[in-house]
Amino acid sequence: MFKFIIRRIIQTIPVLIGVSILVFSMMHLVPGDPAQIMAGESAPKEQVENIRERLGLNDPLPVQYFNYVKDAVQGDLGNSMRSGRDVTTEIGARFWVTLELAIYSTVLAVFVGLIVGVISATKRYSFADTSLMIIALFGLSMPNFWLGLMLIQWFAIGIDLPSWVPFINDTSWFKPSGWGSFAQVVLPVVTLGTASAAIIARMTRSSMLDVIDQDYIRTARAKGVKERVVIYRHALKNALIPVVTVVGLQFGGLLGGAVLTESVFAVNGMGKLIIDSIRARDFPVVQGTILVVALLFIFVNLAVDITYRYLNKRIDLD
Amino acid sequence: MTSAPNSYENILELNDLQTSFFTKDLEVKAVDGVSFAIPKGKILGVVGESGSGKSITSLSILRLLKEPGKIVGGEIKFKGENLLDKSEANMRKIRGNEISMIFQEPMTSLNPTFTVGQQISEAYKIHQGLNKKQAKQRSVDMLKLVGIPSPEKRVNQYPHELSGGMRQRVMIAMALACNPELLIADEPTTALDVTIQAQILDLIKDLQERLGMGVLLITHDLGVVAETCDYVAVMYCGKVVEYTDTKTLFKDAKHPYTVGLMKSIPQHDQDIEGDLAVIRGSVPSPAEMPKGCRFAPRCPFATELCREKLPDLVTDEEGNQIRCWIYSDEWDGDPEVNVHAETERTTESY
Repeated sequence: MFKFIIRRIIQTIPVLIGVSILVFSMMHLVPGDPAQIMAGESAPKEQVENIRERLGLNDPLPVQYFNYVKDAVQGDLGNSMRSGRDVTTEIGARFWVTLELAIYSTVLAVFVGLIVGVISATKRYSFADTSLMIIALFGLSMPNFWLGLMLIQWFAIGIDLPSWVPFINDTSWFKPSGWGSFAQVVLPVVTLGTASAAIIARMTRSSMLDVIDQDYIRTARAKGVKERVVIYRHALKNALIPVVTVVGLQFGGLLGGAVLTESVFAVNGMGKLIIDSIRARDFPVVQGTILVVALLFIFVNLAVDITYRYLNKRIDLD
Repeated sequence: MTSAPNSYENILELNDLQTSFFTKDLEVKAVDGVSFAIPKGKILGVVGESGSGKSITSLSILRLLKEPGKIVGGEIKFKGENLLDKSEANMRKIRGNEISMIFQEPMTSLNPTFTVGQQISEAYKIHQGLNKKQAKQRSVDMLKLVGIPSPEKRVNQYPHELSGGMRQRVMIAMALACNPELLIADEPTTALDVTIQAQILDLIKDLQERLGMGVLLITHDLGVVAETCDYVAVMYCGKVVEYTDTKTLFKDAKHPYTVGLMKSIPQHDQDIEGDLAVIRGSVPSPAEMPKGCRFAPRCPFATELCREKLPDLVTDEEGNQIRCWIYSDEWDGDPEVNVHAETERTTESY
C-alpha cells in the first residue's frame, strides 16, 4: 500500500507539469498583447511597457516559463495587478473558505446520496423509490445558480405565502450572504451539494441493484446474516466502488460550481476571487487561483485512487 | 409419516411443497407438490434437467427465494418442525447454523471485498458469539479440515487469489463452520474441472460421514449420484417422478424419464459406432404445461390416459415412490411393456 501511494504521487508529476504549462500559457493565449489588454486600450505606451517589464514579457517564452515555475515552486505566484499584494496572500484565506464549502457540500452529497440510493435500491419500484428518483432528477437538472437564487428568495428573504404555511415564512433561520456562521453556511452548501447528491443517489441505486443480485449476497443470507448487515456491509462495500469514482469527479465539479455559488451568495472564496480577477484582468491572480484549484483536484483524485484500492482488492497497482 | 416434534427419523421432510413465481398475470409453478425425505445422516440426490425446479426447491427450504418467487403451499419439516411457521428471526438462527448451503458458482459466491477468513468467521460470530480472534482461529481449523494447504496464509487472502476448486473448498468450510445437521449442496461441482469435481465430492462425502449430517445434493449428473448418494429423487417439471435408494435406481429404474436419463450417459461397453441415446423433445415451458403427465409429450409409452390425467406419486411396500401410470392398475397400454428395452429402441431410431 505504501509503495502504491509513493508511486501514485510520483505519477502526479507529469500532470503537474502539464497544468503549469497550461496555466502559464493562458496569458499568451489571450489574443493581442497581454500587457496592452491588462493596461486597457487607451493606456499610454509607457504604462504598457511598464507592465510588460514587470511581467517579464520581454524574455523568450522558455525563460519566462522557467522563471514562472521556479517562483511557483517557492510559493511565489507573483503579485496582484489590482492590490499589488502577493497572489499567495490573496488566495490564502479564500482557499480555506472554498475548501470548506466544497468539503461540506461533498459530505452532504455523499451522506444524502448514499442513503437515498440505498433506500431506492432496496425498495425497488416502490412509491418511495419512484418519488426519490424523481426528486433526484430535479436536483440534477437544476442549474445551481438558479437553485441558489430560489433558496435565497424562499428561506432568507421570504415570499408572499399565506400565513399558515410553516417554516418557509420564517426567514430568520438562514442568511443570504457571507460565510462563517451556520446560518450563512447552510444555503450555499445545499445549493452546491444538491446536484452531486442527486448524481451519487442515482449511481448508488444502480450500483446497489447490480450488487444485490450477486451470488455472494445470497451466500451471506444463507449464512444467517441480518438483512441490515447484508445491505450495509456485504452489498454497500461492493456497490461503493463505482460510487467513489463519481464522488471524486464530483468534488472537482464542486470546485467549479463554487465559482457560481460563491458569486450568488457573496461568499469571499476562490471562486469569487477568480470572477473578480477576470473582470479586472488581473492575470497573475487568475493564474494562481487556477493553479491551486488544479492542484487540489489532482490530490483529491489521488485520495480517490487510494480509497478505490482499499475497497476493491482486485486492483493490484503495486 | 407424521411424527411428534423432537422425535424424528428424517432430518428433512418435504410434504407437497409448492413454490410459484408470479408475473403480472401468470403464476409459474416452479415447484409443484414436491415431497421427499432425507433420513438422518444420509445423502439424498435430487436429479433433473435445468428448469425442473431443483434449485428452487433448495432455496425454498432455507426460505431464501427472491421476489417474485413465493412458497404457496406444503410443509418443510426440519427435525420435525415446519420451517414455514418460523419467524424470519428464527430462520436466521437456522441458516448457516443448523442448515447450510453450498452454491453452484464458487467464483461468484464469495464476497470479493472480504478475506476468506472474514467470511468464514462471520458464521462463528453470528451463531456462536465468538470474538474476532477465536473466530479466525476456528476459520483456520476449518480451512485445514477441508484440505486447504497453508491455511494460516490462505485465511488472509481474498477470493480472487484462490482457484475455483479452492474457493469451493472455502464455501464448504464456511457452510460446515457451525456443524450443521443438514447441508444443501446445489450443484457443487458443476462449475469445476472434472478432476476437481471428484475431489470435492469425496470431501463432501467424507465430511458427511465424519460429522454425521444429512446432505441434500442437487445435481443433473447421475454419475455424481451413483458415487455419493444413498437416496435419489428424480424431478421433472417441478414434480418428483421417482424416489428410491440409489442401488435400486441404477438396478431397476422404473420411470421412463429416469430410464431415458440413464441411457443418455455414455457407457464404456457401449457400441462406439452408435449415437448416444437422447430423450426426444425438450422440457415444456411453464406456460404450456401438459394437462396430464408432464412427461407424456416426450414419453415413448404415453397413452391417452397419460395425456389426460396426471398420475399420483405412489409408494410401494419397500418405500420406493413412482409417478407413472404404467405401474398402476388403471394402465391402459401394453401390460407387458418393458421400459428399458422400449426406450432403447425409440431413442436409437431418433
